[in-house]
Amino acid sequence: MKVITNNPLVKEWLENVIDVEYIDCSYREILVVVRDMVHKGTKLLTHPLAGSVKPNETPYRSVIVTKHQGKKMDMESLEIIENSIVTFDKFVQKDIVWVDEVLYDFQTVDAIIIRNAVYSAIQ
Amino acid sequence: MKRLELGYVNIKDVQFADKSEVRDGVLYVNQEEIKAIVMEDETIKNVSFDIARPGESVRITPVKDVIEPRVKVEGPGGVFPGMLCKPETVGSGRTHVLRGCAVVTAGKIVGFQEGIIDMTGPGAKYTPFSKLNNFVMVIEPVDGLKQHEYEHAVRMAGFKVAAKLGELAKELTPDEVKVFETPNVKEGIEMYPNLPRVAYVQMLQSQGLLHDTYVYGVDAKRSLSSMIFPTETMDCAIVSGNCVSACDKNTTYHHQNNPVVADLFEQHGKTLNFVGVIITNENVYLADKQRSSDWAAKLAELLGVDGVIVSQEGFGNPDTDLIMNCVKIEKKGIKTTIITDEYAGQDGKSQSLADADPLATAVVTGGNANEVITLPKMDKVIGTLDYVDKIAGGHAGSLAADGTITAELQVITGATNELGFNCLSAR
Repeated sequence: MKVITNNPLVKEWLENVIDVEYIDCSYREILVVVRDMVHKGTKLLTHPLAGSVKPNETPYRSVIVTKHQGKKMDMESLEIIENSIVTFDKFVQKDIVWVDEVLYDFQTVDAIIIRNAVYSAIQ
Repeated sequence: MKRLELGYVNIKDVQFADKSEVRDGVLYVNQEEIKAIVMEDETIKNVSFDIARPGESVRITPVKDVIEPRVKVEGPGGVFPGMLCKPETVGSGRTHVLRGCAVVTAGKIVGFQEGIIDMTGPGAKYTPFSKLNNFVMVIEPVDGLKQHEYEHAVRMAGFKVAAKLGELAKELTPDEVKVFETPNVKEGIEMYPNLPRVAYVQMLQSQGLLHDTYVYGVDAKRSLSSMIFPTETMDCAIVSGNCVSACDKNTTYHHQNNPVVADLFEQHGKTLNFVGVIITNENVYLADKQRSSDWAAKLAELLGVDGVIVSQEGFGNPDTDLIMNCVKIEKKGIKTTIITDEYAGQDGKSQSLADADPLATAVVTGGNANEVITLPKMDKVIGTLDYVDKIAGGHAGSLAADGTITAELQVITGATNELGFNCLSAR
């Protein structure tokens, strides 16, 4: 498995535990990258809308997927990632420039949730 | 047969006083005594107290939890088992409730914040907590405390104070006593052979930091789906550590006063046989979702029930758990009704949930959390407005210079509760 993330804290915490693909991009772009991977046979291992922090609040997103592509597309993964993008687009984006302290809070919440999922997977 | 008596002591006002006591329907609180309890925790730098009464021009924010003071009078265990006392099984004997008041915890745990309770005006109509006499604690941590340690400190302080205030009612004669009885499976079938047998599947938020629920002190994410007597929830066996998504998170007060449990008890022996509660979690790892929903469906099958009500907590990915539970239980031949809320966009025209299935034919909604509302300025703020621009549903410019807040309904604590503990819905 590997984590697709735009959260620097996830990279810092988890890159010695599992593969981390860090991309410097937006929340939505992470969803799109993951969707494109699903099209090519990658499966989702965590829900892309992890956490109840709304998509127009946190700029960070991390999704755990299978490391190797399957031979055919996984329909359940496709449905979940497509619905996640639809849900993201329902939220009116806020024009807030977050201070570093708040960004760190968002990073921490995302990173802890993903770390829990990694531990679930390793168990 | 599991039998619990709830003795309700009605509280019509809360006041600061030299002596903590309940007298003539008034809860008197000695601040110094309560402060000493809170300050036992070395991670707390300071705590301030305030009182917010129904109808007052007061805004409380950012709200973390709302807790009803209760005390165990007879029977095994104590309130908040596994948190404040041993995890001994509760839910039988007698418990007294300070009805009409609550302990409200507030504090800046993270820089993006949630939860407004207005005690008057249009906002008050959207939260059930505007109808309570609230004893509010604003908790400040020692410098450098990590977010999860701060959340723990605020959570535990709330329980300790609620338990302390609850004890004031231990020797009192309640204004009303209600009895709740749950027969075991065999007894229930014999008692009500002709009534449909109904179970309640309660989904507990369990995703991680600031998204947690505890059952007898155990983090729900670390547990398989399980069963609990509904009266155990009345003795605070399930408590909230969930600080995110104010409108549709279940506070501890919601767990103590779960309306699905209340309504099923109301109909128990009349139109249905309320068999029990299956508790299940909402984890982010998809294999966990699969396992937990399989187990919830398996427990419903094992009980041989005719119908199930499923309630959700939170936004987004729990929609997937909700639909998994619904579909798997329906496929066992058991009829389901699901309770959720909607994120249907500000105009209400978008798809409401992040997941769906044709088998989800009976849905109750708690309202559209994206609906935009305007909250007028209040004379007094308990807590801070620093975060109003940053809460879910708020945006830059949410807080106008005149103190008015324009934001989505999701800023209000309990507005679209997915247990149905509010008055919003849709037909």
